[in-house]
Amino acid sequence: MKKLLGILAALSLTLLVACGAQDSNGESITAVGSSALQPLVEAAAEQYQSDHLGVFINVQGGGSGTGLSQIQQGAVEIGNSDLFAEEKAGIKAKALTDHRVAVVGITPIVNKSVGVKDLTVTQLRQLFTGEITNWKQVGGKNLPVVVVNRAQGSGTRATFEKWVMNGRQPLAAQEQDSTGMVRSIVASTPGAVSYVAFSYVDQTVETISLDGIAPTEKNVTTNAWPIWSYEHMYTKGKPTGLTKKFLTYMQSSRTQKRLVAKMGYIPMTAMQVTRDVQGNVVRK
Amino acid sequence: MDPIKEAMLHRSRSAKLERRGRLLSLACISLIVLVVLAIFIFVASRGLATFFTNKVNLISFLSKSTWAPAVKDAHGVPQVGALPMIVGSFGVTFLSAVVATPFAVGAAIFMTEISPNLGKRILQPVIELLVGIPSVVYGFIGLSVIVPVIRTVFGGTGFGILAGTFVLFVMILPTVTSMTVDALKAVPRHYREASLALGGTRWQTISRVVLRAAMPGILTGIVFGMARAFGEALAVQMVIGNAALLPKDLISPASTLTSVLTSGIGNTVMGSLENNALWSLALLLLLMSLAFNLLIRWIGKKGEMK
Repeated sequence: MKKLLGILAALSLTLLVACGAQDSNGESITAVGSSALQPLVEAAAEQYQSDHLGVFINVQGGGSGTGLSQIQQGAVEIGNSDLFAEEKAGIKAKALTDHRVAVVGITPIVNKSVGVKDLTVTQLRQLFTGEITNWKQVGGKNLPVVVVNRAQGSGTRATFEKWVMNGRQPLAAQEQDSTGMVRSIVASTPGAVSYVAFSYVDQTVETISLDGIAPTEKNVTTNAWPIWSYEHMYTKGKPTGLTKKFLTYMQSSRTQKRLVAKMGYIPMTAMQVTRDVQGNVVRK
Repeated sequence: MDPIKEAMLHRSRSAKLERRGRLLSLACISLIVLVVLAIFIFVASRGLATFFTNKVNLISFLSKSTWAPAVKDAHGVPQVGALPMIVGSFGVTFLSAVVATPFAVGAAIFMTEISPNLGKRILQPVIELLVGIPSVVYGFIGLSVIVPVIRTVFGGTGFGILAGTFVLFVMILPTVTSMTVDALKAVPRHYREASLALGGTRWQTISRVVLRAAMPGILTGIVFGMARAFGEALAVQMVIGNAALLPKDLISPASTLTSVLTSGIGNTVMGSLENNALWSLALLLLLMSLAFNLLIRWIGKKGEMK
């Protein structure tokens, strides 16, 4: 019995300490969602916290769908998403406020063995619909095509399909739920083709130019390379307090120029065009 | 007052302690029951919404083979056919059990009948060590060793049911082995002595007396292993390729109920059809584990020694 009382006392003490800590620390907010945006928000939160002592910004992954549904329910302060809220089924976009914090370019990647460096958009589409089954049909080596997709509902996949597939359905193929996994599978599987964000490209895989246009940040800023998406941080209604301060910090030109570029994203300030949810492009 | 009378009229210390103990254990068990019920109700309410709210036909859910909940077909019905995942899950489960059973039984016989000393001191700890390895480690080894080997030996991409089978084989081996060991140890010593006294050789004793008497226990072990294989998510997801296709062979990418769940749940919105469809898969998994449990009980009852 004494032991039990001891445990109870210890428990209540921990609770008290935990509550007390939260009180004295002032504000804390939580940002949940897109795993593509997570590293950037984490890095920004870390910097912000070291500049402003006593605030706490908790950053979690979970996927764009999680981010949007959590912010819709009001369970968190910020919901991160690769997609416009309008593009996601089951989300009432009217109640949410969009804050665009970065741009991510997406490029097709292939295994080094395929012997192809340039494709037309139609050829790329046919690779993913299964109409082209061998790399020699597009001028490469005699090697079967192995399509690797991201999981259904992934933001990267939605962006890629929006700008490449032209409304057609890709064939059912391998699906991976993380970009790192996609890259390592493409790197090790002969004939593999997939797509990743620019920041994930390294020397183990080969990128593909489309109609002679290379997947570079410069081509994204002019929309010459159309496969890109905004990174959104949604709030429910207008942001207030720490949420507002942190979002202003994310969008400030200092953060955009230094941190966003350093982490492999394209800063909002570098973009020469804007694009709305329907895909209409306007020059700035 | 008379001390004896007083003692008779009041609850004694030990009676109070007993009552307290009973209340405490009752509280514990009701908490567990409550948690289980809550989980079941939650999964069922979400999972059944696919059929009642989104009007998906149960038969087509179980028999169609196109899994694309976000896409509607020509008749405007969402394409939620779970057959590829069901086939994939059962495929890896049965195949890994088939591969693991002979090894497990062989190892258990060696550990109990042939060399109990060595078994107790070296083999038992090794097997128990295998249980403790996290599944992501198995998955990673599968991804970086087994998949390339299958690719070079059999061709294809290397991802598929075969790779999943190999990974699960190693994962369920310790479960099946240690339960088989327990079953063999539980066979009374006089069974063996009687067999030997009748002139039976060691092989005859093991194969016709010990194994037969331990059969219900061994079967329970196998079903336990299968239940674990059926529910394993991470390791399988890393090596099976996650393609919602009906598997044509063992080396083309396939998927299981668990692999689709883990890769899809973060990308869907609570309450949408895509999300409900995943909960339906979760409900299916829950019902299957219930079925495995019932099977274990049934085997236990059927094989009771009389």
